[in-house]
Amino acid sequence: MKRFFSSKTAESALRCDAETEPFTACSCGIMHFSSGLGRRGFLGGLAAAGISGTAHANSVVPVEKAELKVGFVPISCAAPLIMAVAKGFFQEEGLNVHLQKIAGWALVRDRLLNGELDASQLLAPMPISLSLGLGSAAQPVRAITMQNINGQAITLALKHHNRRDPRDWKGMTFAIPFEYSMHNLLLRDYLAHYGLDPDHDVTLRITSPPDMVANLRAGNIDGFLGPDPFNQRAVYEQIGFIQTLTAQIWDGHPCCAFGMTQPFIDAYPNTYSALQRAMIRAAAWMNAPENRLEAARIMAQPAYLNQPEIVIRQSLTGHYADGLGVVQDNPHRAGYSPYPYYSMAMWIESQLRRWGYLQRPTDALKLAREIYLFDDVVQQARVVGPLSGLQDPVAGGFPEFSVLGQTFPRAGGQAL
Amino acid sequence: MNSFSETLRAWGLTAFLCVLLLAGWYIATFPAASHSPYGIPDGNAEYQALMGHGPNAASHSEGFPTPKQFLDAAWIQLREPFHDRGPNDRGIGWQLGASLLRVALGYGLAVLVAVPGGFIIGLSPLIRRALDPFIQILRPISPLAWMPIALYTIRNAEECGIFVIFICSLWPVLINTAFGVAAVRRDWLNVAKTLEVVWWRQIFLVLLPAAAPTIITGMRVGLGIAWLAIVAAEMLVGGSGIGYFVWNQWNNLSIANVLLAVLMIGITGMVLDLLFGFIQRRLTYVE
Repeated sequence: MKRFFSSKTAESALRCDAETEPFTACSCGIMHFSSGLGRRGFLGGLAAAGISGTAHANSVVPVEKAELKVGFVPISCAAPLIMAVAKGFFQEEGLNVHLQKIAGWALVRDRLLNGELDASQLLAPMPISLSLGLGSAAQPVRAITMQNINGQAITLALKHHNRRDPRDWKGMTFAIPFEYSMHNLLLRDYLAHYGLDPDHDVTLRITSPPDMVANLRAGNIDGFLGPDPFNQRAVYEQIGFIQTLTAQIWDGHPCCAFGMTQPFIDAYPNTYSALQRAMIRAAAWMNAPENRLEAARIMAQPAYLNQPEIVIRQSLTGHYADGLGVVQDNPHRAGYSPYPYYSMAMWIESQLRRWGYLQRPTDALKLAREIYLFDDVVQQARVVGPLSGLQDPVAGGFPEFSVLGQTFPRAGGQAL
Repeated sequence: MNSFSETLRAWGLTAFLCVLLLAGWYIATFPAASHSPYGIPDGNAEYQALMGHGPNAASHSEGFPTPKQFLDAAWIQLREPFHDRGPNDRGIGWQLGASLLRVALGYGLAVLVAVPGGFIIGLSPLIRRALDPFIQILRPISPLAWMPIALYTIRNAEECGIFVIFICSLWPVLINTAFGVAAVRRDWLNVAKTLEVVWWRQIFLVLLPAAAPTIITGMRVGLGIAWLAIVAAEMLVGGSGIGYFVWNQWNNLSIANVLLAVLMIGITGMVLDLLFGFIQRRLTYVE
């Protein structure tokens, strides 16, 4: 029954997209709603299509595949993906995205690679690790946009409130969500910066975010570098405090990407571009500070993050209780940017090599250009046109950035 | 009369234990003074609000829920057990239904394979001895150990869940069927042979009724294992089912809802078992 409906809507979506009249976008929204999105999605889609239908009529090319299964993990990084559904950005591109909540990164990997998911939220290092075959068989996975920047934190158990100097952390146990995660790489860099050997002086344990909070309460771990809103959740539960935001380690670091396999891009090039456009608009919407409260409200729903709204709000606005009795303000706590910069990929690759995950010789620059599809994102951002929350991309895709005070080199200096 | 008073006393004891349990729960979760070295500072209203403790903020549970918090959470879930707000937010009724459907499919397949298979093994000592090593090795494997293999080879989360149910409920049914068939009294088969009963009538009119109680016992054990495995499998593959509900509530660190799910899993398992107990009583015979 469901399958029947899906193929029918896909057909009609194609048909009405093929016509270039502005109002066909509207009727698509209705068709998509009937096949299973929420009432809110429908209204949002209608409203959005009504506003921008005319402006977008020229850029809409028929998509080859309108019904898409997309995975997400219930953390703040998923915000653009959730908003692209809730605010109707996908529908405006003629896409009917079915979001599937996935229980962990290994499952995300398996489901993307076996074709159950057409696209998925991925940790920024995953397209690289998967394409290189680290921890799995090599498969060409691409970061087709970045989802978010910053938005993570190091949380320590309250009992360590007077051990805030990382040089004192020898013998501690920390949780991270996945090996091929920015969390792992940033924590390792942070520890090493303070003179600790992350492989010998501390224990790093792979743990899912809710288990991080539970283990922190139970005293099995001393802290974690985890995704929001779980850092704020540990504060809210009065079991931990925020040691440092990752924005204070590397302001502007990528965290989650939006990815798919190269064969999908080859088979459905217009769908690929339409997804990119929707995700660019979603990232721009999320990045505008005035939208964060609404985003927190939507994301708190059981279908998405299923967390108290006040916890998500603090992670998104950067106006937060730090767990030690102080209200902190850091508007950089969470940011959203769609650009998968090549220099980000090169930093990740250099760190994977530094910590022994990647041992064979590779051409870092070539890999970055192959896996992080920055040029395509810039091109689609041009099609979308100027958006208020969206920053202009750094031309060429090699912005310089500072990680714990150290500048990461430009493309010219390829000695990584 | 005596057995009636016995029953009454058993029920009374059950009720007493129930009250004792609830009282223990109530006392153990009695709100204690804040234990945190950084208690929420009194003067800072904004900080309190951000911690969910302000006068206007909804209170939130810390640690294990009290019986009242549990009942509140349970009421929210049970008030509309069949709500459906998209695939990622369905009521607990749908989730239980999804799990039962998976179990029905996986377990049904297992019975379809295991009962005929058990007949063959039970009837032929040669096949029994040949297959015995395989069965003995495959039988003790935990359902979760099958999961990665299933995910990698079947490549479909839904079918994976069903496969795991199938593979772990298969063995008790198979072994019990084989044992039941092999243990049917030779006299009865000999009588049937003397009367020149055709083979399929021997199977359906002699072997099946004679082995039925043993087969049903195997099926009962198999269903219990299937129901045990489904929760674990669904926590891994996600998407839908009571196991997914547990994971989703755990993701929100909502112990009250996890408790509710645990209770529902227990009750459903009990009902399924009672059902088989009833069938078993109907099929048991005295020689």
